[in-house]
Parts: sequence; C-alpha cells; structure tokens
Amino acid sequence: MSKLELKEDKMLEVQFVGDDDVLNHILDREGGTKLKKERAQLLVNPQKIIKKQEYGVEEGDQEVLKDQNYVKVLGQNVQESLKNGTATDGGNKVYSFQNRKYPEKMAKLASELAKTPRKNVSFSLKNDPEIKSISQSSKGHSASDKVQPKNNKNELQSTPPRSLRKRLIVPSSHSDSESEYSASNSEEDEEVAQESEKDTNASVLSQKTQAASRILVPTCRGTPSKRMRREDSSNLVEEYFEAHSSSQVLTSDRTLEKLKRAALDQQTLRNLLSKVSPSFSAELTRLNEQHEKLFHKWMLQLHLGFNIVLYGLGSKRDLLERFRTTMLQDSVHVVINGFFPGISVKSILNSITEEVLDHVGTFRSVLDQLDWIINRFKEDSSLELFLLIHNLDSQMLRGDKSQQIIGQLSSLPNIYLIASIDHLNAPLMWDHAKQSLYNWLWYETTTYSPYTEETSYENSLLITQSGSLPLSALTHVLRSLTPNARGIFKLLMKHQLENQEDPSYPGLSFQDFYQQCREAFLVNSDLTLRAQLTEFRDHRLIRTKKGPDGVEHLLIPVDSQTLTNFLEEEEEATVTA
Amino acid sequence: MATSAVSKGCFVFKPKLKKRKISVPIEEYFNKEKNESEDSKLRFETYHLTWKQMKSETEQLQEELNKNLFNNLIEFLQKSHSGFQRNSKDWACQIKLKEIPTAALVLGVNVTDHDLIFRRLTEALQNTITPYVISLQAKDCPDMKHFLQKLISQLIDCSVDTKPKEKEDVQVTQKKTHCSMDSLSSWYMTVTQKTDQKMPSKTRTSQWQSPPVVLILKDMESFTTKVLQDFITIASQHLHEFPLILVFGIATSPIIIHRLLPHAVSSLLCIELFQSLSCKEHLTTVLDKLLLTTQFPFKISEKVLQVLTNIFLYHDFSIQNFVKGLQLSLLEHFYSQPLSVLCCSLPEAKRRINLLSVNQCENIRRLPSFRRYVEKQASEKQVALLTNDRFLKEETQSLLEDLHVYHVNYFLVLRCLHNFTSSLPRYPLGRQIRELYCTCLEKNIWDSEEYASALQLLRMLAKDELMSILQKCFQAFDSSSENQFGSTRKRIEEFLAQFQSLGDAKEEEDASGSQPKELPKTDLYHLQKSLLEMKESRRSSKKQTKFEVLREKVVNFIDSLVREYLLPPETQPLHEVVYFSAAHTLREHLNAAPRIALHTALNNPYYYLKNEALNSEEGCIPNIAPDICIAYKLHLECSRLINLVDWSEAFATVVTAAENMDANSAASEELNEIIHARFIRAVSELELLGFIKPTKRKTDHVARLTWGGC
Repeated sequence: MSKLELKEDKMLEVQFVGDDDVLNHILDREGGTKLKKERAQLLVNPQKIIKKQEYGVEEGDQEVLKDQNYVKVLGQNVQESLKNGTATDGGNKVYSFQNRKYPEKMAKLASELAKTPRKNVSFSLKNDPEIKSISQSSKGHSASDKVQPKNNKNELQSTPPRSLRKRLIVPSSHSDSESEYSASNSEEDEEVAQESEKDTNASVLSQKTQAASRILVPTCRGTPSKRMRREDSSNLVEEYFEAHSSSQVLTSDRTLEKLKRAALDQQTLRNLLSKVSPSFSAELTRLNEQHEKLFHKWMLQLHLGFNIVLYGLGSKRDLLERFRTTMLQDSVHVVINGFFPGISVKSILNSITEEVLDHVGTFRSVLDQLDWIINRFKEDSSLELFLLIHNLDSQMLRGDKSQQIIGQLSSLPNIYLIASIDHLNAPLMWDHAKQSLYNWLWYETTTYSPYTEETSYENSLLITQSGSLPLSALTHVLRSLTPNARGIFKLLMKHQLENQEDPSYPGLSFQDFYQQCREAFLVNSDLTLRAQLTEFRDHRLIRTKKGPDGVEHLLIPVDSQTLTNFLEEEEEATVTA
Repeated sequence: MATSAVSKGCFVFKPKLKKRKISVPIEEYFNKEKNESEDSKLRFETYHLTWKQMKSETEQLQEELNKNLFNNLIEFLQKSHSGFQRNSKDWACQIKLKEIPTAALVLGVNVTDHDLIFRRLTEALQNTITPYVISLQAKDCPDMKHFLQKLISQLIDCSVDTKPKEKEDVQVTQKKTHCSMDSLSSWYMTVTQKTDQKMPSKTRTSQWQSPPVVLILKDMESFTTKVLQDFITIASQHLHEFPLILVFGIATSPIIIHRLLPHAVSSLLCIELFQSLSCKEHLTTVLDKLLLTTQFPFKISEKVLQVLTNIFLYHDFSIQNFVKGLQLSLLEHFYSQPLSVLCCSLPEAKRRINLLSVNQCENIRRLPSFRRYVEKQASEKQVALLTNDRFLKEETQSLLEDLHVYHVNYFLVLRCLHNFTSSLPRYPLGRQIRELYCTCLEKNIWDSEEYASALQLLRMLAKDELMSILQKCFQAFDSSSENQFGSTRKRIEEFLAQFQSLGDAKEEEDASGSQPKELPKTDLYHLQKSLLEMKESRRSSKKQTKFEVLREKVVNFIDSLVREYLLPPETQPLHEVVYFSAAHTLREHLNAAPRIALHTALNNPYYYLKNEALNSEEGCIPNIAPDICIAYKLHLECSRLINLVDWSEAFATVVTAAENMDANSAASEELNEIIHARFIRAVSELELLGFIKPTKRKTDHVARLTWGGC
C-alpha cells in the first residue's frame, strides 16, 4: 500500500521539473516515440504542422523537431552500454525537487533500514516455510527489541536506537529530557495519526518487505501530503522557495558533546578503520580489473593528443598509481596530489621547471613561467612529460586561472595529462574554451574505494581540526612559556569561558585585559603585554579583532570544550606539582 | 617512490637516463592486452594515414570557407590604410584620420574554432599587408600596462622576424624601456625608416613605406571596458604617427561594441562589420567532403553520426570538436575491429586481402553480415567459402569491390534525392543532407511515412522547379566518372528534353482546353444541375495532361533509383569493415555525465557491484550497501541542515542491524567506535564529493548542497 503511494509520489514529483523532463525522456521511451510519431504525421495533419512551423521552421531549421530524436538516441545508447553509469533508475531523480523534509524522516528511515533482514540470514538455512514466516512476521518488532538490551548495558551512551524508537512512536513528546526540537512542527498531529496507522500496518509492511527481501523507503507523510499535492501540484516551485526562504530549519538540537564521544584524530581514525574488513572485495577487484584493462588504451590515446579524465564514485588514486607503476616507469612523469592543501599552480610549474627541465632561476610571474615551459616543449619535441593529477577539482586547483594554466600545459602535444575528478559539480569548471584546451576523453571508473588519502588532509567535520588548536598543541606551546606568560593566557582563557554563553562575545578588549594583568602583577607595562601578545599571535594562540569602535579585542580561537579540558588539566598539573 | 607526503603535493619521477632512451613506439599500445597481433601495426599505420588525410582535408576546407571573409577583410584593410598612405590634405581624409579603422569580425559562438581562424588570418595578413600583426587575448591584459607590454613585446617579435641579427639588443633595451604610446610611435618611426633604407636593395613585396600595425583582439567581449576605452582613446591621438588598425573578434553580436564602448569612444572608430559563414554551413561542408564521399573509406553508422551531430548542434557548434569526435571514432574503429585493416583504398585493400592470416580469415567468417551472405549462396559455394581460405579471399575481394561500387552509387543517388527533397515545403525529409543521410542509414527510407509524403509533394511540383532539379541531378551524374549511371543520365536527359518539348505543346493544349462550353440559358435549377454534371464528368475522366504524365514518370524514376541504390549499409556484406557503429563508446568518452554516474553509484550500488545481495527495487537500498551509500541515502531525508548526531545515530542503527551482531558482547564499545569511525569516513567522503559542507549556523550541523534526491 504504502509502496504504491510512494511510487506515485515520486512520479508526481518528477513530472514538473524542466530539467527533469529531459532526463525523463532519456528513460521514458514512450515520450520519444510519441513525438516521433508527431513528426511522421507532418503531412497528414497540416494544422498541427503550421503550429509547429512557428517555432520549428522559423528558426531556419527543423532541428527543434529532432530534439526528441536526439534524446532518444542518447537514451538508447545508455542502455546499450554496460559501463555507463546512467542507469535507468539513476537519471530521473537526480534533479528532482525535494519536498520539505521533516526531522523524523532520517530516524524513521534508519529504523526501517535496520529492520531489513539480510538475504543470507540464518533463516534461509531452515527449510521449513512455516517457521520462517512466523519468525519473519514478528521480525519487524523483534529487530528493535533486540537492540534494546544492548543499549541498557551501556548507559553512558544516549541509547540511540531506543531514542529513535521513542521518537517514532511519540514524535511530539517535548517532555523528553532533552528538548528535541528547536522549532515546533505544525504537522505533528498529522504525524501522530500517521504513526498509529503505520503501527497497524507494521506487520503487513514487514511481511511485504520480507517477501521482497528488501526495505522500502518509508513514505514521509502518507495520504495527507499526497492529497495536498494533488490539489495544488503547481505549488512545487513554491515549495522550493518555501523550504529555502524560511530561516528556521527543523533539526534537533543535540550536539556531539552530549554523545560523549571524543573527537577522533586522524591516526586513531585510521587505526579504527583498519579493523573494518571491506565488504564486496571480490566485486571491487573485478571492477578494478576492468579498469586496468584500459591502461593500454589510455596510453595510446594520450599519445594521440587526447587527455584523459576519470570520474565516478570512489578513490581513483590507487588506480592511477597502478597505472603509473605499470605503464610509466620508463618515462618522466609528475604526480600531483590536488587534494594536498598546499598545492598551487605555482608549485606544479616549479616542479616542472626545476626538476624536470633542470632550470635554475626564477620567473617574474606564473605566466612567464608557463610561456617558458611551453617554449621549451615546443622547441624540443623529444621531451615528453606525463602529468598525473589526483583531484583536478580540488579546492586549490579549481580556480579559473589554475585551470587555464593547466589546460594550456595539457594542450601541448608532448605533455600528456591524466586526471581524476570527484566533485559533483566538477565539470562546471570548464567552459568550452578550456574544454577544447584539455581535449578530454572521459572515462568512468567507479571504484567504491574509500577516499582515505584524499580526505586525510581535509579539516573534516568530526575530526579534530588541524587548523584550530587541538588540546595537545595548546599544552605543548604553553609549557614552553614563562610562568607569567602562562598566567596572562590563563586570564584570557578564564574570561572567555565566563562569557562562553554569550554568542556575541567579541573578545576581551586590550585595555581591560591590560588592567586585569596589572592587577594580577603579570605585567608592568603596556609594552610587555604587547610583546607577550605578539608571541601568542605567532603561535596562533590568540586572534585579535578590531571592534566597531576601533578597540582591539582578543579572542582564543579554540572551542570552549577544549579550553575547559585544558584548564582542568593545568590545574591537575599544578596540584601534582 | 611514495606519492603522498604532508609537506608537498608534487612528485617528480625521472627514470635513469639510459632507461629513458628506449621510448616505446606508440604502435605498441595499439595491441590489446592479449598479445594477438592481428595486423595491429598495419592497422595503426592505416589509422595514422587516414587521419592525416582527413585532418588536412578539413583544414583545407576551413580555409576555403574562410577565404571570402579574409579577402573582404584584406581589401578593407588596404583601403583604410591607403588614406594614411596618401597623407592628403583633403578635409574628409583629415577627419577620417582621427578614426581608427576597425574591422568587427562576427564569428559565432563556437569560440573553440576561432583560434584556427585567427591563426590563418594572421598568416594571410602577414603575407599580404604588413609584417606587424599582433593578436591579444583578454586574459593577458587585465590593465593598460600589461596591454601595452604585450603589444610592444609582440611587435618587437614581429620586427625581429624580419631582421634576426638585431634580436639581442632590441630585446634587452625594450625590456627596460617604459612602455607607452610615445615609445611605440617612436619605435615605429625608427623601424619604418630602417626599412625605407633597405627597401631598394631588398625589393620587398610590400608596396608601402609605412606598413600599418594590425591589432587583433581575439575575444573582444572579455576585455575590460576600461582598458579598451583607454587604449582606443590614446591610440586615436597617436594615429597620425602610428597607423593602427583594429580587428575585433566577436562571438555574440555586433551590439556588444556599443555596449562596451560609450559613444565618445566608439565615435573614434570607423567600424566595418564582417560576418563569417555560420558554423552549420561549415558542418555541412565538412560532412560532405569527409563522409559523403568515397575518397575516405571510413564510414560511420547512423547512431554515431547522430551522436556527433547532436553534440555539435546542442552543445558547442564547434567544428573542432566534431572533428575530434570523428578522430575518436576512427581510432576506436581501427582499435577494436581487427578487420579494419581492410579499411583503406580499394587497390590497397585487395593487396592486403592476399596477405591475410588464417585468424583474420576466421574473423571474416565470423562477421554477421558475411554469414548472412554465405547463407544465401549455393551449398557448394558455402562449403568453399567456409573451408577454403583462398576462395574466401577472392570472394572478399569481389565483395569489397561491390561495397565500393555501392558507396559510389549510394552517394550519387543520395545527392540526387536530396536535390529533390531539399526544396519541398516543410522539408519532410529534412533540409540538410545530413538528415537525409541519417534516415537512409537507419532504415529503408521508402518505408517511412516522410518519404511517402515527400513523393506526394513531388507529384505536385511545378514544371520549372522540376526542371531545375533535374538539371542539378544531371550535372551531378555528369560530374561522376563512373559509367554505371550512363543510362540514368540518359534518362534524365530525355526527361529534360521532353519537358522542353512540352513547353511548346502546352500552349496548343491550353488553347484547346480553355474553350469554354457554351451554356444555354436555363433556370437556376438546371444551371446547378449541369454544373454538377460537368464537375462530375471532369473528375471521372480527369484526363491527365502530358505534363502530369511526365511528372509521374520522373517521380517513379526517382523512386526506383532510391529503392535500388539507397539500401541501408547493414544489408551489404562486409559492411563492418568500414562502418563504425559503437555510438555508446563515443558518447561515453565525449559527452559523459559524471553527475549521473555518481548518483547511480550511490543510489544503486548493485549496478556496479553486481552482487545479488545488493539487488533491490527502485529507490530502495539494502542495509549491507557500502557505508557511503547508506550515509547518502540517510542524508537525502533531511532538509537543508543535517544534525550530525541524528545522522550518526541513524547510521549506527542501520549498520548494526546489517552486521547482525548480538551487541551484548564486551567488544561492543569498540564496535561502536568503529562504526563511528566509519560514519566519519562516509561523511567526509560526502563532503569531498560536494554533497554537504560544514556550517556555522548551528552547532554540529552540516548543510546540504544539493536540492533533490528522493
């Protein structure tokens, strides 16, 4: 039941989108043929033609009419090719509008997903269908029940699945110990109703999913939403703006701190992940072998003046690395890690001029350097250079100028470029001029391998950030300071912690700070304090900001949690000492 | 040899010198993995040769197409410069002298093709008008200083070319001198004086003492207005001592000049507009000369042609890209089809057939078209074809010859048919020959409704139209050297003659036919009745005029030609040798859709991994899918902001269920840690892919960057 609704929902969603129409045609053969027929009937139905003419022939060509043919051909090709990622189910949802999401959805989906049995669970071993069906029908509930005992054991955690469950059943319970939602949901009543309905359906639903051995994405809001959409289907556009205009976003207020899970650093993360055995390794190696078969072709095409760009999900670093070790051992090549945060076009050009071409000396500008390189390669046709760029679309290289320069390099006949891109919008970097410089041949290499190296430099969300100071660094630097300096810093720290509740806290103004330091006998003059602050600033322990009134404000760019931890540690240290 | 480090991002690898000497010839890579040679070397050479010919042919074509434009431009430049030359005191000339002669070249949006045009233009100008041709691009000149610097350095390069010996000192001095318009004009004075002195001895072809300086601004639209305005104002002040001529390259429309330049500045210019041929005409010519000819043996199938023309028409209008697509299809053809070794000129192919290996003979036998052909033969011949290699080779020779003849006829008849259909109202078979070609390649054209309607329309053509079309066809057949069409040509000639004679006969007929029947005086009822009768009788007898009979004959004749010669290539044995049909590979490599690939990989991992456990219905995802897919699926459920805690909990729920663990063991804490780590990895990967980004709007939240999903 809900499945049907879901599908209808989707169809409706898809129908009204301009871009999506195109994609729809790619997939929907019927649309294409219909239009084709129309074209065939050109003569039979003169009135229609006249209408068509207005836009078809007036433009001087009949290509408009052929539009659909084009799409159709492309669509057919998609299906012909096995290796193209444009799967039929992939297309029509990429650009569709999204309806407004409600906070519970993720939790719901998660529990649904959790309920999914695996195909090769122990049940399948038993041949008795009756036992199977009984155990399966109760599975919907048993799965969540199963989780519970575990959560009771570790009380420390905020018992995730249980709370999920709770929220599923009583979504409007604001009496929950931690007030779950920052904004009230106007449609909660509806959802309660829906929930009860769902509960009654639960067994039916679970059986259904059981039969398919798969889960369904739950309908977000069942019948009411559908009715609503039927009533004003044209409101999809408005919905978009509605969802984007409201400054209020309905998400829960919980923060990671409450999870009591310490932020991991890169090393521990790696250690932890190394314990995970990768799934589908057989399939992954098969994929990789497929890609490796292309190495010869790549070499050929590189030599014939094309450049190669790899796209698709998964890190392509290992693949390129294997390409390098198997094919490029006897030729000069440069490997460029685009994901390296310190990379720049200048450094790429430098390594070419200094290390490849053995040039000593400097250049006035990057463009001069580029000209020099281009001239060198034009003069000496025996020079050959392979450029391997991992993540050509990285933060540092995606700029217009960088792309222009790399493009100009790659357009040289004896520089061969093979690069990978990962970002969703990476192709937007290139306009027609750049594309013709690059002369790309696209290769899809979906590997599903984790982006270990690529993300390791990134200041990721949940990993302690290397840009700001981690606790260890803070301790380390402060250890090497004089006691007075430490005192100064501690004063600032305490002041900041006192004000941590105030979101608009600008920092401690220099004058106040000076006053406080004097009172604590830490400095004797304005100048000494300034000298001290300079040192802090050099170590990036503090940041200064000019307020609107021109007064300098001092701020420690570390989150309050770390600061508290640090203070505690310090106090402990002094006590033990 | 590690390629990752925390301190640098570029790693240079240089093999040892002695090793580097052995460079692998490109042909080596033409082999596929499995070391079966199958004439790969020969194939590669054939590819190379064919490609070279095609490339030079296209370049030549482009040049010819642009010739007219260039000639006009050169004429304009000569004319406008002559004013400066004469230095007359004429008042009109004086006024004109204040204006910089400017040629605005409207080249169309296919920016990628412009480079070639400008290169040719520079050459042409240097040969005819002046050695001083400079071209600047917007990206080199962000401000006036750079503009002038570039200008001067290029000018000096130009003059250096003529007098190489002074190279060193000029360059050194110029580097230090301050770049200004004054220095430019003084430089110009010295240069022209020098050439003046040398002129008599050198007898240069340049007929002027002071050649103009032509400055080409390749991409006028992207220049900053200020730079342009300043430069034009300054240059016009110096025009009397520094004869400058501007050439603007414009991709959009000439209005842009007035949008970029205020009236005060544009009044300093004397603009003349030049329009290049539209890129569609370029495409037609290129197709005509590369594909609709027997000059190049290589052909492409309907789908490939469709993909290529569509990329051209819907994406970039770029001839260069079109030719690149052709190159790729040529390469793919020679790379993937072992029998493509026979894809060369007919005599050469015949020679090569004799040298075919046993393997290749087997390849021929395996061709579907050849198998169909064999099945139609008598049984003894079948046996001979399948067992006797020599017999097979002879047969292949004759088949290839047939294929060649088929192509010769095909293109002639195609052009003939196009002559007929291209002028029909509403173009049922397309206006361009490429559309007609596409339909003909795809199927039997006479089965299509469009063809029927086209014939219907042909049956309504007027005499003069028909005659002019026949005339064209006659010329087409006449120009072809093949003599198979001798009879056809004769028929057309006959038709023409008959039409001619009709012209005389018609007048009499008109005279006899127009004799009005005398109507007796009757009442209204009888009049009506008799009129109806007359109408009735006219319809039933409806005697066709001679012209109509003849027209019918012509149409039937064309129809028979079409049915005889315009068979789709799939019907021909051995068509695989010359036709490239893998349209999807072409599209995959030229017009890829990375975003859809990403979406599919995340939404439907089964598509790639082909593991049955992952097989699921539309829109669903099994919980054992890769981590990133689960995280992605969960994030689709959120609106603009995502709470990381919720997300991680949801993720953990799914993953624990998938692991199917009992969750009460002592190791569960560690397991949770691991799951958390997996979540972190998935999230940072999604961040790398550009689906989310960290946000400051709420603590521990990330913002979604895509609007969509399920």
